[in-house]
Amino acid sequence: MKINRRLFMGGAAAGAAATTLAAPMVHAAGHGKPKVVVVGGGAGGATAARYIAKDSKGEIEVTLVEPSRSYYTCFFSNLYMAGFRELGSIAHSYGKLASDYGINVVHDWAIGIDREARTVSLAGGATLNYDRLVLSPGIDFVDGAVDGWDVTHQNAMPHAYKAGSQSELLKAQVEAMPEGGTFAMVAPPNPFRCPPGPYERISMIAHILKEKNPTAKIIIADPKEKFSKMGLFQDGWSRHYDGMIDWIGGDFGGGNVSVNPHDMTVTIDGEVTKVDVCNVIPAMKAGKICDMAGITEGNWAPVNPHTMQSRVDENIHVLGDASSQGDMPKSGFAANSQAKVAAMAVRSALTGSKLFPAKFTNTCWSLINDNDGVKVGASYEATDEKIAKVDGFISQVGEDAELRQATYEESVGWYAGITSDMFG
Amino acid sequence: MNWIRNAAIGLTVAICASTPSFSNEIGNAADGEKLWGECKSCHAIGKDAKNRVGPHLNGIFGRRAGSEEGFNYSKGLARMGKDGLIWEFDLLDRYIENPKAFASDTRMSYRGLKDEQKRADLLAFLRRYSDNPGDIPEAAPTVAGTDHDVDPSILAIQGDPEYGEYLSSECTSCHQLTGDNDGIPGIIGWPAEDFVIAMHAYKDKYRPHPVMQMMAGRLSNDEIAALAAYFEAVEP
Ligand SMILES: Cc1cc2nc3c(=O)[nH]c(=O)nc-3n(C[C@H](O)[C@H](O)[C@H](O)COP(=O)(O)OP(=O)(O)OC[C@H]3O[C@@H](n4cnc5c(N)ncnc54)[C@H](O)[C@@H]3O)c2cc1C
Repeated sequence: MKINRRLFMGGAAAGAAATTLAAPMVHAAGHGKPKVVVVGGGAGGATAARYIAKDSKGEIEVTLVEPSRSYYTCFFSNLYMAGFRELGSIAHSYGKLASDYGINVVHDWAIGIDREARTVSLAGGATLNYDRLVLSPGIDFVDGAVDGWDVTHQNAMPHAYKAGSQSELLKAQVEAMPEGGTFAMVAPPNPFRCPPGPYERISMIAHILKEKNPTAKIIIADPKEKFSKMGLFQDGWSRHYDGMIDWIGGDFGGGNVSVNPHDMTVTIDGEVTKVDVCNVIPAMKAGKICDMAGITEGNWAPVNPHTMQSRVDENIHVLGDASSQGDMPKSGFAANSQAKVAAMAVRSALTGSKLFPAKFTNTCWSLINDNDGVKVGASYEATDEKIAKVDGFISQVGEDAELRQATYEESVGWYAGITSDMFG
Repeated sequence: MNWIRNAAIGLTVAICASTPSFSNEIGNAADGEKLWGECKSCHAIGKDAKNRVGPHLNGIFGRRAGSEEGFNYSKGLARMGKDGLIWEFDLLDRYIENPKAFASDTRMSYRGLKDEQKRADLLAFLRRYSDNPGDIPEAAPTVAGTDHDVDPSILAIQGDPEYGEYLSSECTSCHQLTGDNDGIPGIIGWPAEDFVIAMHAYKDKYRPHPVMQMMAGRLSNDEIAALAAYFEAVEP
């Protein structure tokens, strides 16, 4: 066994101390347990860290690297904008992962990966050794994707596609819109995080506007000709928000867009519109750390569907939005599902535990209006080439109000379920 | 597989609520009336029947589950109704065979009626009080009910709880291990047999929920047994 360098703190006692890690303390560990480093404490990473720690029963040392002390779920952040959830109810801390599962939680950024040496370097200066590395860094935006916009404009024109302060900002801007004002959204091209997400957001914003500012207008410039649950959303929009929402799809120039954050204008297919709020959701790519690790092809990191191992480096597993895996949408449910397959594969590789065939599932619920919930979902299995869809279902137009309410209530149950599956 | 769906369509049935007499009945209503004795401590049926401990059962055939105005149903039954479950012969038959396996949280504290003929008799009695027995099989159902139960060989499979624990991670994306019952039902600590029957009810699409039909549909008999063995042992 070679000498590894690792963070001084480990084991169950590390929790409280790790969260206040000020200066990195590094020491030479002798021989010891196999080490897993997980980068990113979101839907994929938190789940993977928890399952590896829980199921290896102390045989594997798990370190979770995540800069934020509170994780705000993107899921239900749209409901927060409509006032159906409090912001605090979508925030989660890493305390239990440290105290109950013995995970070494390090609040820092991973800024470099040396695949040869199997180390991760952190912005704070520390270096972590790994036997297996799990990357679940979510998404970043493609530079120059929307003409006139870059992240320096995210205050004037928020994306709110990473939850937290951006969600608060967008909500505040919508609430401050002048009477009869205009809200614009620039929707992203495929593939992107949460295919129904922009359209659920439109629904939720229409919901508040209808209450507080019923003469306001919503415009969506969309490069796509179709979107997830389109029939269900359009039916809902005409039932609840008739005449308020104008969706301009790719076939009508919706992809030919530029924005000007200084004078708050949006130009769609040559036509300039002055707007009051502009939600720009640019094209996406895997979180930057994947690029730094050199495991991306194009914008995403391809993986082996049986284990979620990178196609480029078998010591690295990539989960969730950052991976390109085949048929699964980029969702929290999917990231959570993939994390369990990866956790099993990591344990099997490091401790020889049983490896069962990979199975995946996804269900995405969306809320269209008060108690008007819909869902779409599918089950998947691993083939050598990709994660392949096996079977699926989708809510139907014309379902009665009771079923829609039950579907919404189910989503609330799911939220409680998945967040306790992630954070313990 | 399901004979009721193939039952003779368009048969005209004369209905007479007070002194009904049917030919080719699925069961013997007179015998069913005797069995009704056990039900009537909680349920009322017939003229002026009201909800009591259980809902009144006039018009139960064709009624949406959990829909009787003013009756406080268990969440599970109410949810099944919302999901579109309409009481017809085969579903009622499964329900009274083992109520808890059909609707885990049902408030009906009745252990179930295993004898197929007796169930047919009881249902023959109940249907007299439903207006719309057109969807009840009138052709002589010589094979009545044979495919209702889960095959005993399936029930006999000993599940591997370790495998079940792995598979369970698919369930815990939604169902909480605390057994919490909000919006999504708790599934821990069930008797394994009830769990297996319930999962097969989804697999056979008797239980109406699309997510669960999909999940159960891809699980093998061994996998269902493994999950049942695992979840049975989980305590809140
Ligand atoms: C508006 C909206 C609504 C949504 N609704 C739903 C829904 O209803 N259902 C659903 O299933 N999904 C939904 N999603 C999608 C879901 O949020 C994502 O698919 C999911 O979070 C992906 O998980 P992940 O682990 O890949 O990334 P994330 O959950 O984003 O986690 C990535 C983490 O990595 C950290 N990180 C990034 N880079 C580094 C680094 N270099 N070092 C250390 N840490 C790093 C980040 O801080 C972040 O916490 C929604 C998304 C949006 C935007």
